[in-house]
Amino acid sequence: MTAYLLKRIAIAIATLVLASLVVFAVLEIVPGDPARLMLGMNASAEQVEQLRTQMGLNDPLLLRYLHWAGDLLTLDLGRSLTYSVPVLDLVRERVAVSLPLALIALALSAVIAIPVGLYSASRRGHAGDTLAMGAAQIGVAIPNFWFALMLIYLFAVWLRLVPAGGFPGWGNGIWPALKSLLLPAVALALPQAAILARVTRSALIDVLNEDYIRTARAKGLPYRAVLWQHALRNAMIPVLTILGLQFAFLLAGTIIIENVFYLPGLGRLVFQAITQRDLIVVESVVMLLVAAVIAVNLIVDLSYAIVDPRLRGRE
Amino acid sequence: MNSWKSVLAATALALASATSAMAARTDIVIGIPLEPPHLDPTASAAAAIDEVLYANVFQGLTRIGPSGEVLPDLAESWTISDDGKTYTFKLHSGVKFHDGSDFNADDVKFSLDRARGEKSANAQKALFAAIDTVEVVDPATVKITLKNPQGSFLYNLGWGDAVIVAPESADTNKEKPIGTGPFRFENWAKGSSITLVKSADYWGEPAFLDKAEFRIVPDAAAAVPALLSGDVQAFPFFQPDGVAQIEGDPRFSVVVGATEGETLLSMNNKKPPFDNLKVRQAISYALDRAAIVEGASAGFGKPIGSHQSPASKDYVDLTGMYPHDVAKAKELLKEAGLENGFKATLKLPPPSYARLGGEIIASQLREVGIDLEIIPVEWAQWLEQVFKGKDFDLTIVSHTEPNDIDIYSRKDYYFNYDNPAFDKVIGELKVTSDEAKRKDLLGQAQKILAEDAVVGFLFELPKVGVWDAKLEGFWTDAPIQANDITKVKWKD
Repeated sequence: MTAYLLKRIAIAIATLVLASLVVFAVLEIVPGDPARLMLGMNASAEQVEQLRTQMGLNDPLLLRYLHWAGDLLTLDLGRSLTYSVPVLDLVRERVAVSLPLALIALALSAVIAIPVGLYSASRRGHAGDTLAMGAAQIGVAIPNFWFALMLIYLFAVWLRLVPAGGFPGWGNGIWPALKSLLLPAVALALPQAAILARVTRSALIDVLNEDYIRTARAKGLPYRAVLWQHALRNAMIPVLTILGLQFAFLLAGTIIIENVFYLPGLGRLVFQAITQRDLIVVESVVMLLVAAVIAVNLIVDLSYAIVDPRLRGRE
Repeated sequence: MNSWKSVLAATALALASATSAMAARTDIVIGIPLEPPHLDPTASAAAAIDEVLYANVFQGLTRIGPSGEVLPDLAESWTISDDGKTYTFKLHSGVKFHDGSDFNADDVKFSLDRARGEKSANAQKALFAAIDTVEVVDPATVKITLKNPQGSFLYNLGWGDAVIVAPESADTNKEKPIGTGPFRFENWAKGSSITLVKSADYWGEPAFLDKAEFRIVPDAAAAVPALLSGDVQAFPFFQPDGVAQIEGDPRFSVVVGATEGETLLSMNNKKPPFDNLKVRQAISYALDRAAIVEGASAGFGKPIGSHQSPASKDYVDLTGMYPHDVAKAKELLKEAGLENGFKATLKLPPPSYARLGGEIIASQLREVGIDLEIIPVEWAQWLEQVFKGKDFDLTIVSHTEPNDIDIYSRKDYYFNYDNPAFDKVIGELKVTSDEAKRKDLLGQAQKILAEDAVVGFLFELPKVGVWDAKLEGFWTDAPIQANDITKVKWKD
C-alpha cells in the first residue's frame, strides 16, 4: 500500500512539473501583449515598451520561468498583472463560488443518477428502463447553456423564486448565496447525471450477468439484497471513475454556466485572464487546477481500494 | 442659543428623509458587460473603468457632457490668453476628496504632471503632449502653459484619463478609488459587482441615487432575463440583438443613440492590391451599407461615408460618394488589372459587430470577385498582429475614441495610410481653436479620407440603452464611453 501510494505521488509531482513547462511555453507562444492590451490603441510603442519593463516582461525567458516556478514552490502564486493584487486573493474569492457549486452539482448528479441507474438495470428492457434511458439520452444531448436559460426563464423570470444570476457573496447570509447557486448547480448536474446514470446501468448489468450473482440468487438471497450488497459495490469502480472526472470538470470547466449566470467563479477568472493576457494569473490558476485534478485522481485511486479490498493487497 | 436652530434642522432633516423614503426608490443595479481590470482611469485604456467611475467618482477640470460638449467641472471658469497658449483655471472651492482631504491647485498640478511624466502609465499620454508647464498660482488658481496652441485642449482635459487625483491616494486608486465626485466607491466584489454610494459632503449638486451597483453581466443572452426578473434595472450599453425581446414591453424603455465609434472595414494601404486606389474604391462600391447596418447592428447603426460621427456638429455627409454599385466595382477592378478578382484575408476581433459584419461583407465582396478568408482573432491577437504588426489585409473594428480623425495622419498607424495633403489639414487643425475654422478643416479632412477610400466606412456604432421605464436621467448618446449616473433617478 505504501509503495503504491509513493508511486502515485511521484507520478503526480512529475505531472505537475511537466504541466508547468507546458503552461508557461504555451502562453509564451500565443500572440498578445498584456502591456499593449492595458494601454490600448492610442499609446505609443515606447510607452508600451516601458510598461513591459515595469511588469518584468522583458526579463529573459528562463529567468521568468524559474522565478515563477520558484515562487510556486513556496506557495506564492505571484501578483496579477492587470488587477495588481496577489493571485492567491483572486483565487480564494473564486474558489468560494466554484467549490461549493461543484460539490452541490456533484451531489445532485450522484443522488439522481445512481438510483436511476439501479432502477434501470434491475428493470432492464421494461418500459421504465426505456423511459429512464430515453430521458438520459436527452439529458446528454441538451446543450447546458440552453437548459440553463430555460431554467432561468422558468424559475427566475416567471416564478421569481431565485435570482436570474449573480452571486451575493457568503457574507450576506448562507441562504441567499445558496439560492443563487441552485439553478447553476441543477444546470450543471443534469447532463452529468444523465451520463452517470447510463454508466451505472451498464456497469450493473455487466455485474448482474456474473456467475456469483446467480449463485447468490440460487442460495436464496432476495433480489434486493443481491442488488444492493453484491452488485452495486462491484459496479462502483467505473461509477467512481466517472464521478472523479466529473468533479474535475465541474471545478474548472464551468465557464459557460458561469457566464450565463454571471457567477464569479474560477472558470471566468481564467477566461478573463486569458483575454487580457494576464500571464501570471493564467499560469498560476491553471497550475492550481492541475494540482486539484491530480489530487482528485489520487483520491479516486485510493477509494478504489476502499471499495475493492482486492486492490489493497497489490504491491 | 443655537439649540433651537439645531432642533429645527434635525426635524427638517428627519422630515426630509422620511418623505424621501416614502417616495421613489434610491437604489439601482446597472448591468455592464465587461469587468474593469482595475479602478484607476488614469492608468488604462479599458473603457470599462470609465463606464463605472467617470463623472460619478472622478472629475476633471472640465468634463464632457451628454452631447459631447465641454462643460466646466472642477474648474469653475477659465481664461485663455490671446496667443492661445496660456490657460488660467479658476477652481471650485470647498471641494473635498472622498477620504476627507481638501482639493486644491496642488492636486491639479500633481495629476497633470503625473499623467505626462516620464514614468506615466497613462494610456492617453498624447492628450497632454502640448503642455509645457503647470503652475499653481494660488490654491484656487492654476495656470497651464502650452508649447503651442491646441484647439482641443479643453476637450482633452475632459477625458477620463485626465481626471484629478490626490497624491496620497494616486497609487491605490486601482483598488480603492478616491475622487471628488458625487458618488464614492464602496465595494468591489471581483467578478461580480462594483458598488458606489452617494457622497455625503459632495461640493456640488448631490446625486439622486443613494446607492448604485454595477453588476457584471458578460453574456448577452443573460442580460434579457436579468432585466425581466428585475435583478438588473438598466443596461446602458445593451447588445443590439437582444432588443427584439424587450421592445414592446411597457415596463422598459429602449433608447437608441450614437457613440463615437466609427466602424470600419480597415484596409492595409501599403499591401498590394490595397495600395491601389481603384481597388479600395471598388471595395467601397461593393459594400451595401444598409445590409451591413441591418445585420451587424440590428438596424440601429447610422451609415457613414467618412471618419466622423453623424451626431457631431462637424459631420459632413459623404455616404453618397460610393453608393452600392456592383457593376462599377467590377469595372474598377478591371481597370486595376484584377478582372478575375483576388483572394485576401479578413481578420475579425470578438465584438459581434465585427463577427456578424464580417460574414456579410465577405458575401458582398464575393459578388465582385473578391474571395475573403475569414480569420476570427481575440483582442490580444488583434492588437499584436493587426494593430502592432500590420500583418493583415482587411479587418473590421470600431474606433471608439472621440474626435480621432487624426489617427489617419499618425506615422506607423496600422492603416499604413500616408497622404501629405491630409497631414497638412490635421496639422492646421491641431493648432486652431476657432470653431468655424475647425469645422471647415474637419470637413476637408473627412472629404480627403472619403476620396482616398482609405478604409471601407461602414456605420457609426449605435448605443442601445435599455432600462426600467420608471428611470430617467441616463444618457441617450455616448460621446465618450461613460455611464454618468449623477442625474439618474426613479420617477415617483
